Formats: sequence, C-alpha cells, structure tokens
Amino acid sequence: MTPRFLPYALLLPATLFLLVFFLYPFVQIAVLAFSGPDGFTLQHVQTMTSHWKFGTALTNTIVLALIVVPIQLVMALSMATIVTKLRTGRSAILYIFTIPLGLSDLAAGIIWLAIFEQSGFLNSLLYGLGIIERPILFLGYQNIWVIFIAVVLAEVWRATAIVMVILVSGMGLIPKEYYEAAEVFGASPWKRFVKITLPMLRPSLQSALILRTLAAFEVFAVVIALGGTTLPVLMGETFQWQFALQDRNVASAYALVILAISVVSTLFFLRVLRVPKEARI
Amino acid sequence: MTDAILTDTPRSVSDAQAAGRFLIIASTVLLCVWVLVPIYLLAVNTLSSPQEVSGFPKSGVPSFDFGSVQFFVSFAGVARALWNSVVVAVLTMVLSIGLGAPAGYALTRFDFPGKEAFRMLVVMTRAFPLPLLALPLAVMFIRVGLDDTALGLALVHTVLAIPFAVLITFSIFSGIPIELEEAAWTLGCNRWQAFQKVVLPLVLPGITASAVFAFTISWNEVFAAAVLTIENRTLTAFLVQNLNVSPLHLKFAGGAALVIPALIFIFAVRKYLFSMWGIANR
Repeated sequence: MTPRFLPYALLLPATLFLLVFFLYPFVQIAVLAFSGPDGFTLQHVQTMTSHWKFGTALTNTIVLALIVVPIQLVMALSMATIVTKLRTGRSAILYIFTIPLGLSDLAAGIIWLAIFEQSGFLNSLLYGLGIIERPILFLGYQNIWVIFIAVVLAEVWRATAIVMVILVSGMGLIPKEYYEAAEVFGASPWKRFVKITLPMLRPSLQSALILRTLAAFEVFAVVIALGGTTLPVLMGETFQWQFALQDRNVASAYALVILAISVVSTLFFLRVLRVPKEARI
Repeated sequence: MTDAILTDTPRSVSDAQAAGRFLIIASTVLLCVWVLVPIYLLAVNTLSSPQEVSGFPKSGVPSFDFGSVQFFVSFAGVARALWNSVVVAVLTMVLSIGLGAPAGYALTRFDFPGKEAFRMLVVMTRAFPLPLLALPLAVMFIRVGLDDTALGLALVHTVLAIPFAVLITFSIFSGIPIELEEAAWTLGCNRWQAFQKVVLPLVLPGITASAVFAFTISWNEVFAAAVLTIENRTLTAFLVQNLNVSPLHLKFAGGAALVIPALIFIFAVRKYLFSMWGIANR
C-alpha cells in the first residue's frame, strides 16, 4: 500500500465505528422521540412534559449540577495547588486523591448509602455522641433534601478527582518563569494564583468544566443507590420509561432533553472560556 | 521601638511560612481522610456479618466475619454477573485498542487532508452524553440479534472508551522519535516490520495502560449496562436492577466487588493518568 493511503486505512476502522455507533444512533434518538405510527408526532414529548415528574426531574438535575460543579471546581483547584506545593510524598498523596476517579458511580452511591442509611455510620456516630436517641430515617421521602445533600456529597466525593487530574496536568504546562517573574515584582501567592495560574489554566478549566457538567447532567446510579426513585432526575426518568414502562419513545424524548442541556452547556463553556489562538502556550 | 520592628519583621515572615506549611499539611491530611474514610466504611460493612450490617449502632471496626461476602458470592446470578462484567470489559478493551491504536498512530505519523475532521469527530464524542446511546442501539441490536449480548454492550462501551484510546495512543506514539523507525527502514525493514520490532516494544506499557483504562470504563458503566442487558446482566446492571429488593449486606458486598478491581487498575495506570489527561485537554 502506498503511504498516501496508509493513514486513511488506519483511520477507517475507528471512523466507521464512530459513524455507526455514535453519529447514527444520535440521529436515531431524535427519530424515536418524534415518530409515531403515522409519521411525525409530538405525542411523546407531550407525554413526557405532562408527566408530573418531568419538571421536578429537570429542576433537580440542573440544580444538582449548579451545586456540585462549582464545589468540585474550588476543591479541585485547592487540591491541585496543595499537590504542587508538597515537598515529600507527592506521588502517594496524588494516588490517594485520584482513587475515587476509578470508582463506578454506583459504587460511590453504595458507599455513601453505608453512611446515610438508617442503621448507617452517620446515625451510629450521632447516637454514640448522644445527640440522638434513636436512628433517623435520612433517606426517606419525608426529607428529600437530605437525599439531595447525600447525592451532592457522593458526587463531590467521587468526581472531584477527575477535575483535579485535568487541572494538575494543566498546571504542569505553565512555564515556571512566569511565577519567578511575578515573585521578583513582589506578587503575593494569592495574586500569583489569580493573575497567572487561573488565566493560564483556561484550556484545562474549559475541558474540566465541560466534562464535569455533562457528567453531572447524566447523574443516575448515585441517585438510584441513595434514593431509589424518590428524587427524580432526568437520567433516572429515562431509565424508568425505557426499562420499567417499556416506552422507548418517551425515553428518547428524555434523552433529547439531556442532550439539549448538554450541548447548551458545552457551547456556553466554549464561549466563556475560549482561548484565542495566539494566547495558547 | 525601631528595634522591635527590626527583630520582628524576619520572624513574622518565617511564622507566616510555618503557618503556611502547617495549613498545607493539615489540609492534605483532611483531604486524605475525606477520600479514604468512606471506602474504609464500605470495607467495614463488607467484612461484617449480615446481622451486624443491619444492626445498630455500628462500631466502625470490622469483625472480619465473611458471612456477607459468602452470601453475596453464593447469591443467585452474582457469579454470572461477575463473569459477564469481565467478558464485556475484555471485549471493550480489545475493541477500543484495536480500533483506537491505529488511529492514534496515523494521527502521530502522517499529515493528510481530513486529519482535523477526524480529530473533531473524536473530540465531539466528549460533548455528548454517551450512555444515552444505549436507547437507539437497543432497537438496532434487536434487529440484528445483538440484544442482551456481551458484544452488544461492549460496542456501546467501546464508544465511551475509544476517544481515550485514540488520544492516549496518540500521545504515546508521539513520544517515540520517527528517527528510530527510519533507522529500521534503512536497515531493510518494511513499515510493518519496523513498527513491530522497534515501536511496539517501546509503546507496549503505555498501550497496556490505556487498555486497562478501557477495561475500567466498561467495568464501571451503569446506565447502558442496565438498559441493554436483561438475562446476561453485568454486575452493575445486576446491582441496579436489584437495588430496591436486595438486603443491605448484598448491596455493600456488591459495592466492594465493584471497588476492588477498580482500585487495583487505577493503581496500575497511575503513572499514565496525568499524561493522559494533559493530552486529552488539547
């Protein structure tokens, strides 16, 4: 084979695969969501929006993302800064910090269930300290906000690591000379962080935020593990319609909603944190 | 007065430094506790008897009773689910490296029209909620007879893993100077021989790491697995579909079964984690 065609031959399998199993199915989601027995229909979308859980699920998903992602960003920035400041044991600490990255969201949900369930460790601790007399049912439908907090904690616990890893590798790309120059001119550590680290970290911040926000919209297993269907979220409703109610058209309509908010948030971050070509390292 | 200031200034600087050091160490310890304690608590529950798991209050120290683990292992469907998880993850690993590595190599070594378009396609996969692919693919798989099979699910997981495989192998191949290959060509190797004898041994550890990463992605995935498998459930699908009916000790032992391999895998690829994401940024 001549070298001219070799790259195309090497790319062909992956390209075909992505066309068949990525692009085509996404078109198919829209087809499923809008097609009825007699062609185009808005029936499935109406079924979705008129169901009482739709509004709650949409609000819960977005509010969860709005709470979880900023917390993760701040935590990951502090973790990344701490890691760069460490003199000894850096790789061991880094490994510990990155452990949750490898865990399934379902595992994270189960782990936090061990803490929050009625006979769990939080109740045991409160009882041991004499604060309560009998275990409290934290994860019941009476206090949905506790389920909400538990989900936030589990998500922050599990997925901050990935943001940190992206930021740490981004910080590694910032030239040391910038900091040295700033130090010569007497900039305080905080000033250096705000004036050098943050602006230079833009590309990493951008990809971390896109990745995390999308994943936050996809929150599913953590919620199921901690609250069952008591706290409706979009992905959980998609699963209910597909699996329990066996209506894949409505499930696809839900999928389109998740897709829409994902695309909107991606475009938002691409625009807000865009890096001009001439400003790249 | 002036004396006091003179002696005071240097001390306050070193004080501030010491305070800074203390703050860093304290927050490091706190963050380690935050990460490790929940995992420890899961271990406590897993290594306690079923009675202790649902008992109250809990001691926070495992009794090293293997009742929960035994119950989990012998529970109907668990062994099969574990096996299915492994099969799907191995298939995902093979598919994503088999498809992704050639693409990564092509992106490193050649400049050709359409290169940017392919990169865009790969990067685009990250702007979409990929587990949702399971919905339309469920329909497609029924049509071609791939429904409820390990291969069908592995194909979805490969979509999740392939961007990583392409970008990681791209960064690994970029680390091998083309001169090495050229030297082999001048010594009479053809392109394939040069690749096989010179490049492959050098990139093998990196490729293994990205294969392990693909395995972990598949092992951990919940939504697509729960949608696409009914009889041939993976461990995550099995746990999700039984969550509201299974006793606590089954959940915790199942959680531990999910966590342990993931811990080992992340430990194995820890060296590559940062270069992987550093490259994936671009």
